[in-house]
Amino acid sequence: MSKLISDKTKEIFLGPLGKNNPVTVQVLGICSALAVTSKLEPAIVMGLSVTIIVAFSNVIISLLRNTIPNRIRIIVQLVVVAALVTVVSEILKAFAYDVSVQLSVYIGLIITNCILMGRLEAFAMSNKPWESFVDGLGNGFGYAWILVAVAFFRELTGSGSLLGFKVIPQAFYQAGYVNNGLMILPPMALILVACIIWIHRARNKELQEK
Amino acid sequence: MNTNNNGYTIIYAIVMVVVVALMLALVSSGLKEKQTVNAELDKKKQILSSLKLDLEGKDAAAVYNELIVKELVVDESAKILSEVKGEAFAIDIIKESAKKIEERKLPVYVAQIESKTKYIIPVRGAGLWGPIWGYIALDDDKNTVFGTYFSHASETPGLGAEIALPEFQNLFIGKHILNDAKEFVSIAVMKAGQKADNKEQIDAIAGGTITSKGVENMLLNSIGQYEAFLKQ
Repeated sequence: MSKLISDKTKEIFLGPLGKNNPVTVQVLGICSALAVTSKLEPAIVMGLSVTIIVAFSNVIISLLRNTIPNRIRIIVQLVVVAALVTVVSEILKAFAYDVSVQLSVYIGLIITNCILMGRLEAFAMSNKPWESFVDGLGNGFGYAWILVAVAFFRELTGSGSLLGFKVIPQAFYQAGYVNNGLMILPPMALILVACIIWIHRARNKELQEK
Repeated sequence: MNTNNNGYTIIYAIVMVVVVALMLALVSSGLKEKQTVNAELDKKKQILSSLKLDLEGKDAAAVYNELIVKELVVDESAKILSEVKGEAFAIDIIKESAKKIEERKLPVYVAQIESKTKYIIPVRGAGLWGPIWGYIALDDDKNTVFGTYFSHASETPGLGAEIALPEFQNLFIGKHILNDAKEFVSIAVMKAGQKADNKEQIDAIAGGTITSKGVENMLLNSIGQYEAFLKQ
């Protein structure tokens, strides 16, 4: 057990959640952060799907890393990711049909999420399977919590609901409160991500350029 | 082992592709049955949505079997081709719309609500970014709209996507698709202030002009195919 959760693996897992977050620090995976965060539910499913796919493609690539011919390594990584994405999308269609309809093309577009290729190329190609798995989980959750945070504010202020349930009481609307339609539009996702980056950098001085 | 020579690279690529293809084929055929059931259930829910029922917590398949008493397949001249339940449901209207109009098989779902007959007609057209579709339920005079249901693949949230909300869909209730001379004219979707010629109209969505026009054209074209059936 001590080998499984050593200080190093802890660092690999916690790094991407905070100081080395793939979205706020490396600014990867922004495209899907815009697309699926107008409601909380698709954001959660998207976050989980990406986490599962990064973790397992990391493990697979890490297991194969010594056999992969260098010249076609990017193609091999793409094939592994594409296969996993297809499996996840098929499973969603079979067991969570409504969510898969909502996410429509974005599940397929996980293939193009830069976080995946970035982790495969930068980490899994040169590390052991267990560390790669932890790294995948860390980066997946790092991506997911940003998505969920953005979706939380967008759904709350844009639609007045959370996970589809109305949370802003009817009395507010009668008193003249109006949902902010601007929050539903994609640009607000960018602005919210920027706000998170701002807070993040204000709290971690070492991230600021001199 | 030298992983850089050509032979190894080619064999590696071939083996990888074959293994992945096999795995995906297995997953796909293993889940096929469940996915078809889901897609059918979703279609039944959409059909029932045009009747403005509250399906929350109910088994849509059971409600469908209870309320939809007949499924008709008609053609453009209103000849009934089939009354067998399941045949109209199985028709793929995307494939039918590619055929010549005389050869199209047109599904009609006949519902019985509180001993009143409603006719449900599927509609399909183009929005701004992708397809839009829906179902429109007519009263037994085949003229008055009882309810509508619209959905879309990728219209703009907050603008064109509003066609999927009850606020927009309920505007159609009580409108007539035939004019006073009993000619088929459909229903216009117009900007507030504009007046449609000789047909009834509802307000378009502000900021969703192209999607609103899409709904108008969808109703005109899709219901238009049923003109003979509606005048019977």
